[in-house]
Amino acid sequence: MPYALCFLLFMVGLYCTVVKKNIVKIVIGLAIMEYAVNLFLIMLGYRTGGTAPIIDKTYLEPGTGQIAASFVNSAVDPLPQALVLTAIVIALGSLALMVSMCIRIYEKYGTLDITQIRRLKG
Amino acid sequence: MSVPLPIFIAVPLVAAFVLPVFGRKGKDAATILANLATISLLVLAIATIGQSAVYEVGKWSIPLGINLVLDGLSSLLLLIVSVVSAASMLFSARYMEQYTAKSKYLSLFMLMVAGMNGLVLSGDIFNLFVFLEIASLASYALVGFGCEHEELEASFKYMVLGSIASTFILFAIALVYGNTGALNMAYVSKAIQGSGLNASLGFALALFIVGFGLKAALVPFHAWLPDAHPSAPAPISAMLSGVLIKTLGVYALARVIFNIFGVSVSIGWLLIVLGILSMVAGAFMAIGQWDLKRLMAYSSISQIGYVVLGIGLGGLIIATGGNVAWASLAILGGLFHLVNHAVFKSLLFLTSGSVEMSTGTRQLKELGGLVTKMPVTRATCTIASASIVGIPPFSGFWSKLILVWAAIQAGFYWIAAIIVFISLCTLIMYLKVQRYVFLGELPENLQHIKESKGTMIIAMVFLACLCVLMGLLVIVPSLKANILEPAVKVLTDGLLYSANLIGT
Repeated sequence: MPYALCFLLFMVGLYCTVVKKNIVKIVIGLAIMEYAVNLFLIMLGYRTGGTAPIIDKTYLEPGTGQIAASFVNSAVDPLPQALVLTAIVIALGSLALMVSMCIRIYEKYGTLDITQIRRLKG
Repeated sequence: MSVPLPIFIAVPLVAAFVLPVFGRKGKDAATILANLATISLLVLAIATIGQSAVYEVGKWSIPLGINLVLDGLSSLLLLIVSVVSAASMLFSARYMEQYTAKSKYLSLFMLMVAGMNGLVLSGDIFNLFVFLEIASLASYALVGFGCEHEELEASFKYMVLGSIASTFILFAIALVYGNTGALNMAYVSKAIQGSGLNASLGFALALFIVGFGLKAALVPFHAWLPDAHPSAPAPISAMLSGVLIKTLGVYALARVIFNIFGVSVSIGWLLIVLGILSMVAGAFMAIGQWDLKRLMAYSSISQIGYVVLGIGLGGLIIATGGNVAWASLAILGGLFHLVNHAVFKSLLFLTSGSVEMSTGTRQLKELGGLVTKMPVTRATCTIASASIVGIPPFSGFWSKLILVWAAIQAGFYWIAAIIVFISLCTLIMYLKVQRYVFLGELPENLQHIKESKGTMIIAMVFLACLCVLMGLLVIVPSLKANILEPAVKVLTDGLLYSANLIGT
């Protein structure tokens, strides 16, 4: 179910990017798509009632120094979180570039309407 | 001598962050430094020919850490990236004087090179995405570098479609990780071989094909290319058409399909259909263009179709259990055409830049009679045109010959016919370029133009020499065995990739 909602969010972003005429709204649509994918990655590693994947003394088997099985069974997967951090930083860079491009386009064309920004054709 | 792999990423990345420091006053020093960086990368890439290596980043062993893998295909792509970037950088040294903020341009250029080198070396599927984004972001900024109406519009269009492609690729990577629990390409491939292709992996494969197809500008996804490539400064057009669509699109697509998911009959047909659509549509649209660079951009779509067609044909023959010799021949044709196209298309864009810089226009109808005014540009442009059309001694002839031969041997006579027919269309469009730019009457306002000088000429002559000599890559057996065949073997081996890397 959460995956279906996540996919729905992705589709909302894609719809916004494809259909909207205002270039700022297109940028927002792209950002929504990006967030949907990040959410999906986080959910891949999530466990209901899981614990943070950090080992402290209570998770070690007494005497052996081995990690207890209960920790392995309850910790969430940390790797997707690391991936999402990277993806967010990349998305931030591309968002900043896109917004600055929107500002430049507004300076040149005096409009944000994509149907009026059409000098290139053929 | 074995070359440490991270140096291919470290050199351009360090250069990219050092160059902006020079600012406006030190731009000559910055130019020299950037040229040194690209030339040293070229030397290093030549030194790695015929080697294979695996580098574990930070000494983390493979499934835990990221690894860089150098195999035949990566080293072929590294070589092309270095050749084209060295020539474009040499050309920029003079050409970019007409723009402000040259050191920022050089920095973005090096960032793009770092992204492409990292992408072809990466053995980790998420790391591949990161480098893909580095190269893409640098290219979005470079397309809009002129900051005029057209450039900004093209850049925005490119950025929206490119970002959608990147999001699709990231989504596919998430699906792959969810299904296999691995990000390393070899481990992902092993897990997929063990479990087979289920519905969500199939969806991931579809997302990969759309994402990389958008980056490669294959025909249903090509809308951004004819705007973005002409709007960029000429050396950047050369980089984009020459290597960016190949590393970000074709290389990544081939790697994912052949080495991770494995080819099937339907995927082989899909690649063939995409290839033929791009060839035909690109060629037809190119013939009708009156803008020099736009014509070349459409012709890039058409030529990238040849590459994908060759690779797809090879994949189809492997998947149907046909003769592996013909499969390798088809893939050899595709990859050799990739190398050739990188050289002659970047040369064509450089000559278009030379024409534009001298005359101030790139509309075919406003040009004419430049043969006496710009002899070197004319000669190099003619060599590149002859090469792209496929006139015998030049490089394009050999790759098209191999593709036609492979198609006939495999029994696909109609594919061979299409390849020959599209060559004819290519002939028409480049005859048009020759006729309207270099022959005919010299217009009144162009009586006093001068030929380009200095490094621009050196870069164009260098690439023109390569166009003439590159046929040797398939004629001389030792060159073929060292440069092209290892790359072909990576693709024909397919899923053995993981076994070679991590053992069975």
